[in-house]
Amino acid sequence: MLSEREINYLRMPRWQKPFWRLGQGLAAIPKGFGRFFAGIGRGIAGFFKGVGENIADIGRTFKNGNAVTKGSFVVMGLANMCRGQFLRGLLFLLMEAVFIVYMITTGGYWLSMLPSLGLVGPQEEYDLILDTYVTTYHDNSFKILLYGVLTIFFIIAFIVTWRMNVKQAKISQEMIESGHRLKSSGDDLRSLVDEGFYKTLLALPLTGILIFTVMPIVFMILVAFTNYDGTHDGYFNSLFHWVGMENFNQVITWGSGSTVYSATFGEVLTWTLIWAFFATFTNYFLGIFVAMMINKKGIRFKKGFRTILVMTIAIPQFISLLYVSKMFAKNGIVNGFLMDMGWITTALPFWEQANWARITIILVNIWIGIPYLMLVATGILMNIPADLYESARIDGASPWKQFSKITLPYMLFITGPYLLTQFTGNMNNFNVIYLLTTGGPTNPAASGASGAVGYTDLLVTWLFKITTGAESKYYMASVVGILIFIVVAIITLIVYNFLPSIKNEEDFQ
Amino acid sequence: MSSGPTLEKRHMGMTAANRLSNTVIYIILIVMSIIWLAPFVFIVMQSFRVESTWMTGYVMPQKWGFDNYIALGKTDFWHWYTNTFIIALFTAALQTVIVLCMSYTLSRFRFKMRQPLMKFMLILGLFPGMLTMIILYRVLKDLGMTQDNAVPGLILVYIASSGMGYYVSKGFFDTVPKALDEAARIDGATRAQVLWKIILPMAKPIVIYTILTAFMGPWGDFVFARYISMNSTAGMNVAVGLQSWLTLDQINSRYTMFCAGGVIVAIPVTILFMCLQRYYVEGVTGGAVKG
Repeated sequence: MLSEREINYLRMPRWQKPFWRLGQGLAAIPKGFGRFFAGIGRGIAGFFKGVGENIADIGRTFKNGNAVTKGSFVVMGLANMCRGQFLRGLLFLLMEAVFIVYMITTGGYWLSMLPSLGLVGPQEEYDLILDTYVTTYHDNSFKILLYGVLTIFFIIAFIVTWRMNVKQAKISQEMIESGHRLKSSGDDLRSLVDEGFYKTLLALPLTGILIFTVMPIVFMILVAFTNYDGTHDGYFNSLFHWVGMENFNQVITWGSGSTVYSATFGEVLTWTLIWAFFATFTNYFLGIFVAMMINKKGIRFKKGFRTILVMTIAIPQFISLLYVSKMFAKNGIVNGFLMDMGWITTALPFWEQANWARITIILVNIWIGIPYLMLVATGILMNIPADLYESARIDGASPWKQFSKITLPYMLFITGPYLLTQFTGNMNNFNVIYLLTTGGPTNPAASGASGAVGYTDLLVTWLFKITTGAESKYYMASVVGILIFIVVAIITLIVYNFLPSIKNEEDFQ
Repeated sequence: MSSGPTLEKRHMGMTAANRLSNTVIYIILIVMSIIWLAPFVFIVMQSFRVESTWMTGYVMPQKWGFDNYIALGKTDFWHWYTNTFIIALFTAALQTVIVLCMSYTLSRFRFKMRQPLMKFMLILGLFPGMLTMIILYRVLKDLGMTQDNAVPGLILVYIASSGMGYYVSKGFFDTVPKALDEAARIDGATRAQVLWKIILPMAKPIVIYTILTAFMGPWGDFVFARYISMNSTAGMNVAVGLQSWLTLDQINSRYTMFCAGGVIVAIPVTILFMCLQRYYVEGVTGGAVKG
């Protein structure tokens, strides 16, 4: 049975339907955000509830525990060792020993310095022996922040381990009291290649991600709230310290910051979104189009055409990008050819004028991107059941009808998530922009915003320019990085609320 | 079939229209092939140009020769080439192991932290990777793995977080029936044996795809290599090195050498890629379908 809403939709005049659908989609945005924030709220509430339950459970364990279980509260792993699980007990004890030694020797220092990020910077001191002033170095803000973050990570890890230790003490006591056998150290080791094999497999990848992604991201987020830059490197020239929201105020003028950064941010963000939109959808539709042409019945040399396009994927992108960028230069091949043919008298400003550069970039990106999309589309097109087209043909559907009613909906449904990753990937497409134009032509209005910001700069290339620029304003780079994250996250959230093809993961299996 | 004649007629009309549309398609495809191939033909031609080393508005050399290729020997080019090759080799080996560990685990095991872990990695992936470069550079510098010694530093950076790129191969493992695992488990195989003896032999396409993409990545990486090598010519990879030849002060003496270097870089990678093309295509389409 159709609902009344659906009947109303079917009754609508044709032209009204797309608007109605768009309206429905837009109306769903606030709901999506509502769900999102409700989810965050639930998550936070769940976290505190979990903490409360854990504390209650720890209390119960202490109350009901025998001497050995109680002893485990102080000497980690005691219960395990007394009850025959030597390996686990030893690991717990080792963790405790390392933690205590670390905190006493260095951890405590880093933690105590974290609020100030260093008290004494480099000093000019008189050296009696050399009879001159020499610079002596003292606190190192960079190291304080880095090791401070690491110490906090370590403390959290210790608390989690301690909780595990208490839990195991409780469980092992209960099992012994009810007459069950405990897992021996041998059982634990065997489990690592069997039931617990995932722990073995994940150990290396997750360690890498923790050290090389999570830790740096936490560090860089914190940098956004300091004044860490080329002139405050934290050790050699000057300490850096916490500045609160000041850096964000400069980019988003809710405070009284200078307007250079906020104006530049607005411009760069706008172009980033325009670029991502065109780069994604031109490639997508043209890629499908090319794939359909090659796949069409009766077209020969399918393999040849496909191979020519695929070959361009194989050649490292930096070569093609750098070469094409020079082809379109003022004295490059393209201008040379056009002038030889007598079609133009002065060189076309492909890279010299803002709009020329922007359009050229999008065109070159089509050249780069079509082969990928052609491959993707070919694979999917072949999966569309042929009888769909067969029955459409019998019903007299025109090729355009077949495309718009069968091919396109099918493609969009299947590749929805892929389109999203393409879009966010294009927003952060450093190579295409930087190797083609290095962000140029320079935008004179943005000269105050660290580095020569140009009309084709994306947020990421701007970020790169800020860090490698003369002033090395790392704090600004990290503010821009955080803003990129926020923009990408918002887009992802909105799209995920629309996509029909976010299916249950288990359905695939 | 009462409508026989009309159908027939329509069919004949279609073939005439079909022939026309096929001709149009051939023209479009041939023009496209030319456009897509032209830059590569041009770069090869210019790499053989002898009469001048700077950028010119014409393509066809007036004098052909191997001068530019020979001149590469006097520069750091082969050093960059070796750097890149070593990096690519190590990255291909280690990254493949890490990606396979990660994707197999997330596809097959159901443990408590699985969903939170995947969501967490999704969120981490939304941060621009370049952001982490600032601190990694300074930490690696303290460890002596930047500038002249950029090679080990770069290998570390490439492989360390590669576990986050598990999507394509997880999609592959998801399509391998779970019944296989269960049958082997009933016969007494451990989880490790299942992976080693049953899944891995079946996973050849995805293993080759992972190796291929991991190997090709370092040849084209610009930003990380540029950051870690930080103006030291000894630590550059081909991308950073050749790009430095196109800067204003060098382009006039190095442009044709850039072309020659580009050709030398492209040939082995392209050959490798064309040989393993089938696996690449499978991986790319599979990855796009499953998101």
